[in-house]
Amino acid sequence: MTNWNVILGIAKTHLTTKMKSTVTASLGVTFGIGAYITLVSFMTGLNGMLDDLILNQTPHIHIYNEIEPSEKQPIGLYQDYASAFNVVHSIKPKRTQKKIHNAVPILHYLRADKNVLGATPQLGSQIFYLSGSIELGGKLTGIDVLEEVRLSNMQDYIIQGTPVALKNNDNGILLGAGLAKKMSLSPGDRVQISTVSGDVFPLKIVGLYQSGIADLDNVQSYANLKTVQRILGEAENYITDINVKLDDISKAAPMAIALERKFNVKATDINEANAQFETGSNIRNLITYSVSITLLIVAGFGIYNILNMLIYEKMKDIAILKATGFSGRDVKLIFMSQAMIIGIVGGISGLIIGYILSNIIDKLPFETEALPTITTYPVNFNGWYYVIGIVFALISTFIAGYLPANKAKRIDPVQIIRGS
Amino acid sequence: MDFVLEAKHIDKYFKKPVPFHVLKDISFQIKNGEFVSIMGKSGSGKSTLLYILSTMDTDYGGELYFNDKLITGKTNEELSRIRNKNIGFVFQFHYLLSEFSVLENVMLPAKKLAEKSFQEIEHNAMEKLKMLHIDHLATKKASRISGGEKQRVAIARALINNPTLLMGDEPTGNLDSHNSENVFQILKDLKEREGLSLLIVTHDIDFAERTDRIIEMEDGKIIRQ
Repeated sequence: MTNWNVILGIAKTHLTTKMKSTVTASLGVTFGIGAYITLVSFMTGLNGMLDDLILNQTPHIHIYNEIEPSEKQPIGLYQDYASAFNVVHSIKPKRTQKKIHNAVPILHYLRADKNVLGATPQLGSQIFYLSGSIELGGKLTGIDVLEEVRLSNMQDYIIQGTPVALKNNDNGILLGAGLAKKMSLSPGDRVQISTVSGDVFPLKIVGLYQSGIADLDNVQSYANLKTVQRILGEAENYITDINVKLDDISKAAPMAIALERKFNVKATDINEANAQFETGSNIRNLITYSVSITLLIVAGFGIYNILNMLIYEKMKDIAILKATGFSGRDVKLIFMSQAMIIGIVGGISGLIIGYILSNIIDKLPFETEALPTITTYPVNFNGWYYVIGIVFALISTFIAGYLPANKAKRIDPVQIIRGS
Repeated sequence: MDFVLEAKHIDKYFKKPVPFHVLKDISFQIKNGEFVSIMGKSGSGKSTLLYILSTMDTDYGGELYFNDKLITGKTNEELSRIRNKNIGFVFQFHYLLSEFSVLENVMLPAKKLAEKSFQEIEHNAMEKLKMLHIDHLATKKASRISGGEKQRVAIARALINNPTLLMGDEPTGNLDSHNSENVFQILKDLKEREGLSLLIVTHDIDFAERTDRIIEMEDGKIIRQ
């Protein structure tokens, strides 16, 4: 039977008469939680941005036709030498087309799969950009632009012009920003491109594309799939790459293996292609959490100290409470509730300060060539971090309060009363 | 039987700094409504005995009966409840909670007992303060009143749950003769009007001689009662 009114009343009186220590202890928690919220929001915001930068340009599954040597060389098929040890020097890749065989049926198959959000065909080609007498090597990729916009955040990287403008122009090109700068071209101008076989085509620049990765922006341009097929003189089923986006990224690896077996193509999944980004994110999270936990431990020691001192000051009060009928448990609860009140008040104000600081960071200008769509520092306002923050605050104050409170519980009133 | 408190063969040892036999086979009874004082020289064990009788010290041999019920061996929670409900305690050094007002100090044990509503408790506390003529101090901080007033507040606090037994460890030891007399009259009144049983440890021979019975202790033994 616990009389919370009385216990909380005593705890409140202790806290309000010792306002200075109470505020100091709460500020410790506030600082820890505020720093945690700010750090974690900012760090995960940065993580998200960096991941987006690379991962959003990487399809979940990428299907293509790898140029590679045959697994089984002709001599291995020849019965007469079956028992011999054959050595073949200077093996060359198997002569094959760059296009995916049966690309159109594969696309139909993928689009019928309910785990697939979308599958987009691409046609990659090596070309030269002609600028006067200068030829710049580069890549022109034929895409289904509206599908790309739906499935990736491609429109974020189109810094001038619109996807629809490309869709509507059969001779349109979305020129890489680096290329446009090199050749002093802007939307509305025309650019001459030359295929590897030497045919020259004029294309109209409908927009500029800037991925933020300079090496890419200096070579890569986009045009409609049909336009590129026409430039290369290929049929409408000539597709070199298929990018697949899934509803769940974790299904990518098994599905890639299944597709490789089924269609005899090369299929790589996103984790295979970008394993190092996961590592980077994990390490940044580790840093964030170790800094925050350190701050909270420091705050916890502050609370422990202040409660310990309070208990020494209140020895007589504790003895009196026990003599007048408060049990050891009641006394423990009085000091525990003081710790928890400090934790709750400090924690909540920490959340508020963290939120304010995150908001300030979110408003700070952050402009960089590499990231055309970012104008301010990225901050991740995820409600879960606030839940974790308050839970952190409560756990650390609970532990910091538990030890002194237990000591108060065990104080022998007779010793205190007789001792004076 | 009509005993408020009965001690049977109480033995107590101090282990530190050297093993020491403080109380040797103490047995006595206090009748309902009796005013008993314990006297003895310093170190005779009278305070030690009082703290055992008050249930705060549980480290002893022998048996202790309160209202004819054995309380030796009960848990701390149960003992706290007995102290809260049935035993009032007044110390030599007034021991009030200095951050609380006089009224709050008096009300605290009743709030802990939680048998009455807040209004009733407040009313009772004011009654006790009026009875002791200190109702005008109710809203003052406990640290802001004089020694004699503090001791009366402590008595009011001891009485708030209408206990059957009031114990005091030299309640007049720290007071001048005027205030001592005052406190004695209050205690005597309580015995006569409310039928309260009292057990008071004292050095003051004048005080003791006016009580119903004196228990005299020496070297951990009762030499006369």
